[in-house]
Amino acid sequence: MNFALQTAIDALSVGSIYALSALGIGLLFGIMRLINFAQSEFVTIGIYILMLSAGVWFPLAALAAICVVVVLALVVERMAFRPIRTADPATLLVTSFAVSYLLQYSLVLIFGARPIGLDILPELARPIVMGSVRVPRIDIATIGATIVLLSAFALFLRKTRIGIEMRAAAVDFRMARLLGIRANRVIAVAFAMSGLLAAVVAILFAARTGVAAPTIGLELALVGFVATVIGGMGSLVGAVFGGLAVGVVTVLLQAFLPPELRAYREAFVYIVVIAVLVLRPQGLFRGAAARERV
Amino acid sequence: MRAAIPTLFILVLMILAVSLLGVFGSPLLLRVVIGAMINLVVVIGLSIFIGNSGVLSFGHASFAAIGAYSAAWFTLPITMKKIFLPSLPAFVLSTQVGLAGGAAIGAVTAAITAAVIGVVIVRLSGIAASIATLAWLAIVHSVFSNAEALTKGTSSLVGLPIETNLFVATSAALLALVVAFVFRFSRYGLMLQASREDEAAALASGIPVRQLRLFAFVVSAAVVAIAGVLKGHFLGILAVGQFYLEFTFLSLAMLVLGGMRSLSGAVVGTFAVAAIGEILRILSSGFEIFGVEVIAMPGLREIGLAIMMLLILLVRPMGITNGRELTLPWKRKAANELPITNDQIG
Repeated sequence: MNFALQTAIDALSVGSIYALSALGIGLLFGIMRLINFAQSEFVTIGIYILMLSAGVWFPLAALAAICVVVVLALVVERMAFRPIRTADPATLLVTSFAVSYLLQYSLVLIFGARPIGLDILPELARPIVMGSVRVPRIDIATIGATIVLLSAFALFLRKTRIGIEMRAAAVDFRMARLLGIRANRVIAVAFAMSGLLAAVVAILFAARTGVAAPTIGLELALVGFVATVIGGMGSLVGAVFGGLAVGVVTVLLQAFLPPELRAYREAFVYIVVIAVLVLRPQGLFRGAAARERV
Repeated sequence: MRAAIPTLFILVLMILAVSLLGVFGSPLLLRVVIGAMINLVVVIGLSIFIGNSGVLSFGHASFAAIGAYSAAWFTLPITMKKIFLPSLPAFVLSTQVGLAGGAAIGAVTAAITAAVIGVVIVRLSGIAASIATLAWLAIVHSVFSNAEALTKGTSSLVGLPIETNLFVATSAALLALVVAFVFRFSRYGLMLQASREDEAAALASGIPVRQLRLFAFVVSAAVVAIAGVLKGHFLGILAVGQFYLEFTFLSLAMLVLGGMRSLSGAVVGTFAVAAIGEILRILSSGFEIFGVEVIAMPGLREIGLAIMMLLILLVRPMGITNGRELTLPWKRKAANELPITNDQIG
């Protein structure tokens, strides 16, 4: 029972981080068909900012990370993506890869390739003991932060004008523009929000792993793409649940695979991904944009 | 196909010209040229599938890995094999073949694997297919990183005979070029390109899109596998990390930079990236400008490469060749039979 509870909490907390990563990627994918590899560096740079602001009062450090990453996301949108917005998805993808490469090696240039330890909120590492169950505080914090953020996001997308415009753009960008939605504004806000999500992921992930390295965001971005697609392209709810599902599957495999196969956990996760794609090519949640038009 | 013969001719000449640079250049330049030729085999291999079908694949690095390792199991000297990989099957441990045999083994193994996973991938279309290939790459990477007995896991496999020289690499590039050329301008290649332009219309015209995609996938996997084999026998060392995301994206970037819709794009893109990379390598190893010394710094070269890529895509979003084939000026229309359509958002 305890084992089950602990596994469940673990699964939820890993799933939460993945869900936030996937949402950041799904947002841009839905609106402009961009697979944004640079999302990985948005997270990584957030972690480095936290590392640099070690010793600063935590809320201030977190705010600094969020501001830097959001500004970075806006700059990247303006410099790299806006000029080629109408190019085909392969060009967008390679552009995002080039941006990611640029940022990653800038980090190598400044900080070196070796991982650097950091310690934000050491009190989060201590577990809460409830009877015989020990729950790391970071798991609670992660799940809580995700719920708050996702709720805020849902409100934003449903209640504000720009949020509704973003949803419209995600369903059919061309149609949305014809109806008077300003493309530049919607896309800039989408980038800012994916920057915000990346910064929150950076905070949660840094508190969990305690390491800053130039490639640390990569795995999260990979999971993000996969989750966006199995969740259902263009469906933001799908992206969130896709991320959650990948996290849960990962933790369950870790818990229930026989020990000699545990090293191959990733392989099993991605086998599940391929299976989902084959059984439901349109994703778990079918976004309206997934219908290919003739 | 005949109308496109000048294209083949021009591309062969380009490859030979670059190869000559290696013959007459410094030993360092020779290594750069061989490396570029191996990359060219990868990129041409990618273009056989991606260029014709229009489906992006992130998974081809896995076939380079499969090719490289399956060849290495046979080309490693027997004494070394017994030390490094003692748990290989007995008949593998007792055989040793040369580079040509290794390349054949690598290509066949990769082709068989590609045929199996390809059946799953061609069922999907568009972005779902691309993500499936990415998942496939992650699977192969995970298995190879952990299968100590086959790959030495995360440590490197050393001792491969260094047999890839300029002649071998250039021949492989020319062979890949001819294979890609014949397929692209064959009836089947054109049918597959038709499905790239409009899948629904192609299906409605009776084009067996899935079968053609599978065929192209298998052929391109075999070509990329040969590149993997060459790479292993060029460096003499294999590590699983060589064939993962950086490999995937650099080769994709070369293809897209050149122009992914044409074979010329694959050649131009690869050589352009090689040239930029080489110039930047010279620059980033430290130089003096106007009395100011710029010191060597790790990462500078990659940053420069990324900036160049961004600039090229900014100016030519469809790649340097704009998706057209290089040809004689008065044959331009004939060599580019399919109109360039650009179905854009917004």
